[in-house]
Amino acid sequence: MNFAFSEEQDQLRDVVRRFVEEKSSEEEVRRLMDTEVGYDPNVWAQMANELGLQSLHIPEEFGGQGFSFVELAIVFEEQGRRLLCSPYFATVALATNAILNAGTTDEKAALLPGIASGETIATLAFTEPNGRWDADGITMVAREDGGGWVLDGTKMFVIDGNNADLIVVAARTAGTSGEAGISFFTVAGDAQGLTRTALATMDQTRKQSKLEFAGVKATPLGAAGQGWSALSKTLDQAAVCLSNEMAGGAQFVLDMSVEYAKVRVQFGRPIGSFQAIKHKCADMLLEVESAKSAAYYSAWAAGEDNEELPVVASLSKAYCSDAYFHATAENIQIHGGIGFTWEHPAHLYFKRAKSSEILLGDATYHRELLAQRIGI
Amino acid sequence: MDFRDTSAEAAFRDEIRAWLSENLVGEFAALGGRGGPADERGWDTRIEWERTLGRDRWVGMSWPEEYGGRNLNFSQQVIFNEEYAKANAPARISFFGEGLFAPTLIAYGTHEQKSRFLPKIQSVDELWCQGYSEPDAGSDLSNVATRAVRDGDEWVINGQKVWTTLAHRAQWCFVVARTEAGSTGHKGLSYLLVPMDQPGVEIRPLRQMTGSAEFNEVYFSDARTSADLVLGEVGDGWAVAMATLGFERGTAFMSQQLAFQRELREVIEVAQGNGRSKEATTRQDLADSYIGVQVMKYNGMRMLTDLVARGVIGPSSSIGKLFWSNWHRTLGERAMDVLGTDALLVASEGNGEYELEDFHQIFMSSRAETIYAGASEIQRNIIGERVLGLPREPR
Repeated sequence: MNFAFSEEQDQLRDVVRRFVEEKSSEEEVRRLMDTEVGYDPNVWAQMANELGLQSLHIPEEFGGQGFSFVELAIVFEEQGRRLLCSPYFATVALATNAILNAGTTDEKAALLPGIASGETIATLAFTEPNGRWDADGITMVAREDGGGWVLDGTKMFVIDGNNADLIVVAARTAGTSGEAGISFFTVAGDAQGLTRTALATMDQTRKQSKLEFAGVKATPLGAAGQGWSALSKTLDQAAVCLSNEMAGGAQFVLDMSVEYAKVRVQFGRPIGSFQAIKHKCADMLLEVESAKSAAYYSAWAAGEDNEELPVVASLSKAYCSDAYFHATAENIQIHGGIGFTWEHPAHLYFKRAKSSEILLGDATYHRELLAQRIGI
Repeated sequence: MDFRDTSAEAAFRDEIRAWLSENLVGEFAALGGRGGPADERGWDTRIEWERTLGRDRWVGMSWPEEYGGRNLNFSQQVIFNEEYAKANAPARISFFGEGLFAPTLIAYGTHEQKSRFLPKIQSVDELWCQGYSEPDAGSDLSNVATRAVRDGDEWVINGQKVWTTLAHRAQWCFVVARTEAGSTGHKGLSYLLVPMDQPGVEIRPLRQMTGSAEFNEVYFSDARTSADLVLGEVGDGWAVAMATLGFERGTAFMSQQLAFQRELREVIEVAQGNGRSKEATTRQDLADSYIGVQVMKYNGMRMLTDLVARGVIGPSSSIGKLFWSNWHRTLGERAMDVLGTDALLVASEGNGEYELEDFHQIFMSSRAETIYAGASEIQRNIIGERVLGLPREPR
């Protein structure tokens, strides 16, 4: 048994941390979140060309580096610390995993090298206006038309939907329901009949879109009607990635709180000397450390691709969601009035925590899913 | 990062399993996994079981070989404890001697002291109790008032200890006493080893909310112990006492996690039996408890990895203590919720009797767990000050 990162993994963390600190200062986050695209294409290119982050867990035969989810988790944790504004989650956690899980060898060979090189920004469109994260939420029907497939309907909350060159879409064949009949398709971002609308997001650091499909020609990805197990696995893997991102953010706000509690003086002494504040920080540390344990363990399970993954993914998503939100909420309280201002970064993390909690299903959803998965 | 056994670990695990399947039979197996240091059910059989463990050096397995130990490392100890818990083997009663006193003795004792006491702990001929808390020294442990004065080649001890678990069963007590007249706080304390079977020691049982009486008040009235039975330097007792508390908070929770898992499984089974498991809120509660007990495991494995790399667990042991005690308390409350009206009834009561079923035992005994070995509020102080580096509160 060994629950430690290897020396190489620690080195990767150092490299990514330095990069993210340099490229994603608070000032830069604020600049990007106010733009429509919400990311810096130069930084995206550097991530690919200098650090190879987009290709990290793509197998070598498809232009990647063949690392595991543990390395990927490190990258997400570091990005989460600094709220890096980037289509990385959409491209790597969602689209890449969907292609890896659902695609044939030929499809992977066609789609993944572009992602690995940083040329292709991609996303996964599966949520709809009904806001559900399960199989029943997918109502978009794919119909065959003259030997090809055509999509009609609306996808919502599509992360970086306006930025994506490549959209992986989950739809169902007519007359099916639940987990049966779900298929994947790919559509180009500029496909005819596709209308993309940027949404006004509560968390400005991660962009979302509404995608309206009107007779959009789509290319099948994987076997028709057999997509649910690949989608379910993709959502578990993405939950693992998001859990690690949340753990990174939670650690960052804890550090922010502790630092402030040491220097802010009231009643003639630092507020961190009062138990009311000290005990809040202690509880935050317990939750942050626990969130990291859960997130890291889930990354290992995802890397091993073992039978534990579904349980561990839901466990990790539920725990990290609650821990991150709690940490960001306490961070505002510990900072007092200044923590409520637009100028202070506390609200950026508070909003990111809430949006991350809701994306892919909130803690309540994942506890119920977990109950089912452990046979309660 | 790899959570599988190495081949050496797997071989060691097999050895433990083989030993347990050969020895954990008959009346020993019938004891089941329940109980604990503060639980006297099946006492005589449990003593015999512990002697069987001691005979084959599974008591004191971490000790140096020169004192009869196996010199096992932390990973091996955890593997033993895992297999022990999986086998549903009886809860240990030598906790205070083997778990708390022995590691302190190995860290601070002289060769003579180790040779004198360790073999008797291993053979389970001598049990120990912990003489720390006093009526005016609870969370503020350094406020102890029990005094010890030298008289020739003996210490003469006067004072009162309280919440002394199994004092009525123990042959020895490790006592924190003030040996420097007029001293206050952490200074002037010593860590004395005191025999319990003497006229100057009076033990009065204290009945707990659970109805049973495992802990006691202990009165020292001119009690005596030999001058050489001080652990560490005279006047340096605070450091020794803190080391013991470190062991108490230390690695125990790693194997405890398995017992907790089993308890949760039982609560889930009852919920499935009476239909509560179909209710959304109960499902949320049970899933949350499941998440907690798994996170406890992951935290434990991370801490163990750190412990193996660095050799000391340090103040982060407080995180483990805070986590498990809160988790267990919540499980007890949820077990009552799952029982519903069945929670209104206990096994028996009346005529001075009050006997609990298992879930009620968890519900009630867990209230002590957020208090002993440093209350949760003290653990939060330790985490705040010694892990996060926040300023101390004014004292």
